[in-house]
Amino acid sequence: MQGSVRQMIKDKKEKQQSRSKIVEKLVPGFLLLCAIISVLTTLGIVFTLIVETITFFNHVSIIEYFTSKDWYPFFESDPDYGIWPLISGTLLITGIAMLVAVPFGLGAAIYLSEYATDRVRRIIKPILEVLAGIPTIVYGFFALTFVTPVLQNVIPSLPVFNALSPGIVIGIMIIPMIASLSEDAMSSVPNAIREGALGLGATRFEVAVKVVLPAALSGIVASVVLAISRAIGETMIVTVAGGATPKLTFDVTESIQTMTSYIVQVSLGDAGYGTTIYYSIYAVGMTLFLFTLIMNLVAQYISRRFREEY
Amino acid sequence: MKTIMDEKKVVKAPRPEEKKKEGNTVYSIENFNLWYGKDQALKDIKFNIPEKQVTAIIGPSGCGKSTFIKALNRMVEMVPIVKMSGDINYRGKNIFDNKYKVEDLRTKVGMVFQKPNPFPKSIYENVVYGPKIHGIKNKKVLDEIVEKSLKGAALWEEVKDRLNENAYGLSGGQQQRLCIARCLAIEPDVILMDEPTSALDPISTLKVEELVQELKKEFSIIIVTHNMQQAARISDKTAFFLNGEVVEYSDTNQLFSNPTDKRTEDYITGRFG
Repeated sequence: MQGSVRQMIKDKKEKQQSRSKIVEKLVPGFLLLCAIISVLTTLGIVFTLIVETITFFNHVSIIEYFTSKDWYPFFESDPDYGIWPLISGTLLITGIAMLVAVPFGLGAAIYLSEYATDRVRRIIKPILEVLAGIPTIVYGFFALTFVTPVLQNVIPSLPVFNALSPGIVIGIMIIPMIASLSEDAMSSVPNAIREGALGLGATRFEVAVKVVLPAALSGIVASVVLAISRAIGETMIVTVAGGATPKLTFDVTESIQTMTSYIVQVSLGDAGYGTTIYYSIYAVGMTLFLFTLIMNLVAQYISRRFREEY
Repeated sequence: MKTIMDEKKVVKAPRPEEKKKEGNTVYSIENFNLWYGKDQALKDIKFNIPEKQVTAIIGPSGCGKSTFIKALNRMVEMVPIVKMSGDINYRGKNIFDNKYKVEDLRTKVGMVFQKPNPFPKSIYENVVYGPKIHGIKNKKVLDEIVEKSLKGAALWEEVKDRLNENAYGLSGGQQQRLCIARCLAIEPDVILMDEPTSALDPISTLKVEELVQELKKEFSIIIVTHNMQQAARISDKTAFFLNGEVVEYSDTNQLFSNPTDKRTEDYITGRFG
């Protein structure tokens, strides 16, 4: 070894001095740019939405939009623009999805965090997360070509396009999201607390339900709310398997249309640029955006407000 | 309709055993061995633990004293690689018997841990957790249990006006006494304490020690401690553990004033450990 380590570091430093100064100055600027781009994009999207939505409301009265119970934009003579059928379709799908996803997702989370051995957890968790990586179009065809026929065996009158099948499939799709996030929340509850309960003669189930679950509640609720906003925004599955019949109904066996699938329908070329129909997708998009925005804010509020400190 | 009396009976059920005379044994350990994987942590443990006395387990770090106390309520089985042989009899019944439900054992044998571990709930909810999971739901009975248990743990005066506040707002010493109250709430027979004062300041430690003296009138207490002075102050019997073996077990006075084994003498005079 030639010279001391101290000398080597000094030599190296001198060589790098000029270059590193520039790098030190440029790097924060570049990183700032990365951060700003996403903010600007968001602002741009919101701006476009607002401008085009205002244009839409110049064509159609905002009162009709919120009071009419019919959504018939394609009627030549007297189109109806009442948002409620699309909202009911969206909520119906979301409701069905949550009925599937919450119990199974939570069940999976409790199993993984409280019962599974390390080995089982290491095998199951990645598999569960693969579910989240499947493209939604695949889920869509799964709903249309597999789930719907199966359901038709049970409910013979079920039409090919219905709310039930895509609702169930969206539920299946978001199970991993709830399971994974809730499991994280539950695993971060300290073991000492579990031991305290076990030491009082509690069974593992009592520990899971009466100690761990409440302690992890904020994380669990946040995961559910995020899952809801995912279900609200889901597009492909409902477009493929839900039909295109905007209807103010809460009958799960009927064909419906969600906000997202309406936007797809129009974007695919059913309406020319500049028409009222064209602008309507922005109004619907804005409504959808507000829905998911509110859900995300609720999730943030809940995870801060209901944190059980440990 | 369930009456208050019925519910009280649920708690009192295991009590008749306590009526037995002084000098009874709560635990008799026979040739007990325990391994973590291939490492033997406890070797051929064999002694009896008396009723309504304080039995201290002392010894240097890694001697197996915590493992031993956790074997007494089978908490040690939380470690997946544990293997055991021999018997631990609680009130004459082998706790490793297939028919012995571990929840029943832990209902009668309470535990206080090294670090205070209250639930992230209110003080009230912490105390009633045990009674509630064992089926006591009457609000009036629960209120009584809370007052009695907190008084038993010498905490009532400090917290009676803020029972609905989160337990994590208490000091470390108060939290530990809350954990003791939580344990008292289901009226156990034995209380295991695993270095209950090691995370506490001297004044809190003193309070817990005084409490132990009070509690032994009603409960059999087994306490692991790092602190030999503590063992000398509060215990009636002392077992000295070294490398997984019981080197010496006798009356505390005897063990500290006149140890029979050279290794015990070296340890208590501070020559190692």
